[in-house]
Amino acid sequence: MRVTTIVGALTAALIGATAAVAQEPLKIGLITTLSGPGGYLGQDIRDAFNLAVKMQGGKLGGVPVSVLVEDDGLKPGQGKQIADKMLKNDKIKLFTGIVFSNVSGAVVPDILDADGIYVSPNAAPSTFSGKGCQKNYYVVSWQNDALHETAGQNANELGFKSAFLIAPNYQAGKDALAGFKRMFKGKILGEIYTKLDQTDFSAELAQVRAAKPEMVFQFQPGGLGIAFLRQYQQAGLNTEIPMVVAEPSLDAITLKAVGEAALGLNVTSHWNSDFDNAANKEFMAAWTKEYNRPPTYYASQSYDAALAIGAALKGTGGKVDDTEAFRKAMLKADFKSVRGNFKFGPNQHPVQDWYALKVEKAADGTLSLNTKRKIISAYGDSFAQDCKL
Amino acid sequence: MLVLEQILNGIQFGIALFLMSAGLTLIFGIMGVINLTHGSLYMVGAYAAALVAAKTGSALLALVAGLAGAAVAGIVIEALVIRRLYARDHLDQVLATFALILIINQTATMLFGRQPLFVAMPPALSHSVTLLPGLVYPVYRLVVIAVGLVVALGLALPINRTRIGMLVRAGATSREMVRALGVDIRLLYTIIFGLGALLAGLAGAMAAPILAVQVGMGEQILILAFVVVVIGGVGSIRGAFYGALLAGLIDTMLRAFLPGLLRQVMAGSNADALGGGLSSMGVYLLMAIVLLVRPKGLFVRQS
Repeated sequence: MRVTTIVGALTAALIGATAAVAQEPLKIGLITTLSGPGGYLGQDIRDAFNLAVKMQGGKLGGVPVSVLVEDDGLKPGQGKQIADKMLKNDKIKLFTGIVFSNVSGAVVPDILDADGIYVSPNAAPSTFSGKGCQKNYYVVSWQNDALHETAGQNANELGFKSAFLIAPNYQAGKDALAGFKRMFKGKILGEIYTKLDQTDFSAELAQVRAAKPEMVFQFQPGGLGIAFLRQYQQAGLNTEIPMVVAEPSLDAITLKAVGEAALGLNVTSHWNSDFDNAANKEFMAAWTKEYNRPPTYYASQSYDAALAIGAALKGTGGKVDDTEAFRKAMLKADFKSVRGNFKFGPNQHPVQDWYALKVEKAADGTLSLNTKRKIISAYGDSFAQDCKL
Repeated sequence: MLVLEQILNGIQFGIALFLMSAGLTLIFGIMGVINLTHGSLYMVGAYAAALVAAKTGSALLALVAGLAGAAVAGIVIEALVIRRLYARDHLDQVLATFALILIINQTATMLFGRQPLFVAMPPALSHSVTLLPGLVYPVYRLVVIAVGLVVALGLALPINRTRIGMLVRAGATSREMVRALGVDIRLLYTIIFGLGALLAGLAGAMAAPILAVQVGMGEQILILAFVVVVIGGVGSIRGAFYGALLAGLIDTMLRAFLPGLLRQVMAGSNADALGGGLSSMGVYLLMAIVLLVRPKGLFVRQS
């Protein structure tokens, strides 16, 4: 009697366990940067992804999902450890979330080698976009260089004939200046690489003043950009020399932190909070209700990444083991992006439209980033031609 | 004109370094404590100033809050943690104060979030003035230089002329002897730690309108401040002052002019890369040379 009870209980438990396995939601690994000065970028990526899941009732594309979030601390080694743990212990196949190119450069190969899938909501270094493109690697944001190429195009259209360039001395900084120069037709009067941890730019600003350029192009993401813009204003340069930047140098948070110093800034972007399409309006309303702070473009990209993953999961019925089937469904890009037009290019990076934005003062004195005009339609990147998939 | 402007930039950077390293050199020299939390006190000063500036809009109140915040934080840290470390070796001190950095940074993240805070520049100081034809300089940075010089003088007088100052100097030279003579060393330590915290808070509060007020801002300046302490000589305020100015000037000058000089002998991008690398090494090279020539620092009597 007693034995049968135990056996019965065991069987019941086992049946329960298998049932639980069948219903268990698909796990998605979100590795991002949540600590340090760059932490607010990862915070927006995490929050936007969770928002998309919440808006679809805990599902993406009709498939129940659970999102596991871990902080890489902007350390490539830490990112690798997390990916390893998620691959081996949690048996996760589908990853997203990385903010910084140096972390993605270390983590993405590990994921792909283990037959996993990575969908990038932000970083897209040139290493994985040209010859090194990969079948199970998708980018929903942009290719790194495209950010700065379009800024160069914007500078051309604004009629600037000479420029002074400033960026931090690391890979993304060098890519930024190379990207800008690829498109900009005017003369380069000077180029300065600053230290990545530099927060005082007085020596560089003195050189800008002495060079008398028509415009300044700078790439100083996050907290660096805040310090740079404010010192630019304090030196009285903002009224003398206009500035053209790509979107990493001015997001909603930077704008709030620098205030008046950003007035008149020319920004190029593939998305802005004022975009007039149904998907964006739905996103903006849900975001504002949930978090009550302005979303950065990192948030928009992560939201789009969630939608793209949802569309792919819908196509495969929630299966991620057959990566070929997943790829087929993913590349259709069957979702409404908050940025408007979106499709994947041959290297599985976006082909999209780019816009010129400007920081302006509203009637009530608040500063806002307003979309002015379209710069380029259906622009991919300059590496796609080298990709053979 | 460019050279003059860069000299001013160098002095201004040096002043900020001096305010940090003055406290550090006293704490290290007299108390024998390696205090890594000094950067956190700088951050506390900046945050306190930022919060009060946002609430009241008054730059003066913000400055007072920055000073008070850092001093209070300093005294609390001294009483709760540092006081237990005097007799321990340097490794324990590094470990404990490093832990404090992590705790303070995480607390700041929980309280104020990861987004950098905005601090408005006082309107009266937010413009630039023409000092000489062609030399335009932000007023605020001139004020920072002036405040730094006043503080340096204000420190020099009591240290050279008062009884407490005498104890401080004596403590820097021979800690054991001062203790043996029956001076209340515990009170002296608390005063010194509070003073160091006050100066770090002043540096933080003054940096707030220029730099981004964010978690981790203190660690960036802390390393350079330690370099200055080594250059000037441990325990010497005078050494900290000249060492800081020297480091500030060398760092700024190399940054400003080295790439240009190198560009005359090599291709542009190589010159920029090499110039950038060398100029970020400059201060550390200076430290290495000083250590070779005068191992105890420039302003300490060599034995």
